[in-house]
Amino acid sequence: MQEGTPIIEFNDVNKVYPNGTVGLDNINLTINKGEFVVIVGLSGAGKSTLLRAANRLHDVSSGEILIDGQSIVTAKGKQLREVRRNIAMIFQNFNLVKRSTVEKNILNGRVGYYPTWKTIFGLFSAADKQQAAANLQRVNLGEKLYSRADELSGGQQQRVAIARALMQEPKIMLADEPIASLDPRTTVMVMDDLKKLNEELGITVVVNLHSVSLAKQYASRVVGLRAGKLVYDKQIGDVQDGDFDEIYDGKNQEVKEA
Amino acid sequence: MNTIPKKSFAQKWHIKALVWTAIVLALFIASCAMTGVDVGAFLTGFNQFMQIFYEMLKPDWSYVPFTIKPIIQTIQMALIGTLVGSIIAVPFAVLAARNIVTNTVIRGTIRFILNLVRTLPDLMLAAVFVAVVGIGPMAGVLTLAIFSFGMISKLFYEAIETIDMGPIEALTAAGATKTQVVWFAVLPQVYNHFLSYFLYTFEINVRASTILGYLGAGGIGELLQRSLGQFRYDRTAIVVIGTFIVVVVVDTLSNQLRERLQ
Repeated sequence: MQEGTPIIEFNDVNKVYPNGTVGLDNINLTINKGEFVVIVGLSGAGKSTLLRAANRLHDVSSGEILIDGQSIVTAKGKQLREVRRNIAMIFQNFNLVKRSTVEKNILNGRVGYYPTWKTIFGLFSAADKQQAAANLQRVNLGEKLYSRADELSGGQQQRVAIARALMQEPKIMLADEPIASLDPRTTVMVMDDLKKLNEELGITVVVNLHSVSLAKQYASRVVGLRAGKLVYDKQIGDVQDGDFDEIYDGKNQEVKEA
Repeated sequence: MNTIPKKSFAQKWHIKALVWTAIVLALFIASCAMTGVDVGAFLTGFNQFMQIFYEMLKPDWSYVPFTIKPIIQTIQMALIGTLVGSIIAVPFAVLAARNIVTNTVIRGTIRFILNLVRTLPDLMLAAVFVAVVGIGPMAGVLTLAIFSFGMISKLFYEAIETIDMGPIEALTAAGATKTQVVWFAVLPQVYNHFLSYFLYTFEINVRASTILGYLGAGGIGELLQRSLGQFRYDRTAIVVIGTFIVVVVVDTLSNQLRERLQ
């Protein structure tokens, strides 16, 4: 791991929604290669907005976001798609195509590497199909390759989503509340999967979480947001138990314990 | 204490409802008077009707072999027309869907075209196409294709607007192009809807194409027109029975298939 090389940089980033809600308020944040960053904060604190700004699923109102030194705010067309290709994302609701097979869903992660017409005719290379099966085995679901996605449980779907994300051969993995709709056991599996990607493949992982205890267990760095502002940023070694009261304003005890 | 808000005068006496009822009644009576609807004429014509009906009770069974080919042609017309129309409808439906195309100008234009197409009655289209391409099944196919296009594109873009947006987000995040997003995240979600609408439209088209022949657009309707013109009501009976059987069979099959698609 190359500690200290920035891979995601937010410079003075602001986001105001058309209805006037402030999503992000002057965010300055640099995430380095190989970090496992957990972002904590209440619902509506801007966690999702921050992640979605990083791959420009959301546009920001002002400021600059650099991915590996390249601006994603001004990127257009092919250039934007190529930046996005390096940033995988998993979601709270998994976002699989439920009626398609697991294999097709995983290959969906690869479409950015092909010209449109080739993907429409299903002309994925044998190597990529092989890789799809291998990625599924990595999350211990190898035998589900030809099942329909909606036949799988939530935890399994999330792991298929991780396999799909890996098809991008990403440098960065964004995870937006990846375990919010999972039970405690599958939560551990999914978090362990993310940790493995971080340690074995050196992928930079940025995860939004509600759970402070999970944050302390997995993160190498914890970032706190409140009302769109960055209010907390510490390496895991420096995190104190009392710190989170500041982020949660001492109001949401049950969220902390979750 | 709970204070209930006071109803206004209009609300209390249902003024709106009363006014609307009066307007509808007035329009009904006025249009009866203007168009000269005469219930009496229907009653005097009833004898004539009974006579035709009586003749139709003795079908000319020897006419059956002549109806087989036109019936098959009717089904073929419906099938080709529906297929062509529904395939062309796919890209239009995608472009008309609010959740796929955010550009209001493009979407508005497409929807305007679709609305325009849907306002054309199929019988009028058939009359026009008979004039353009001549008498025969080609006119029927074109009519049904345009009719199917209008109907399926509308049903289909409404289906697209109900899909789960999650996969679209996922594909976009993976660096997919717009076309790839539609192909991999949108269409798989509405594939079954599409098949179901196709079958439903096919059902309607089989019924419609029996009538189109009356205008010279091919199919069983031509025999209907001919037998009526020759006052051969015994043959008309055969045509009616044949049409009835075909429509029932197609409806039943299509309904069963559509139920399995759910």
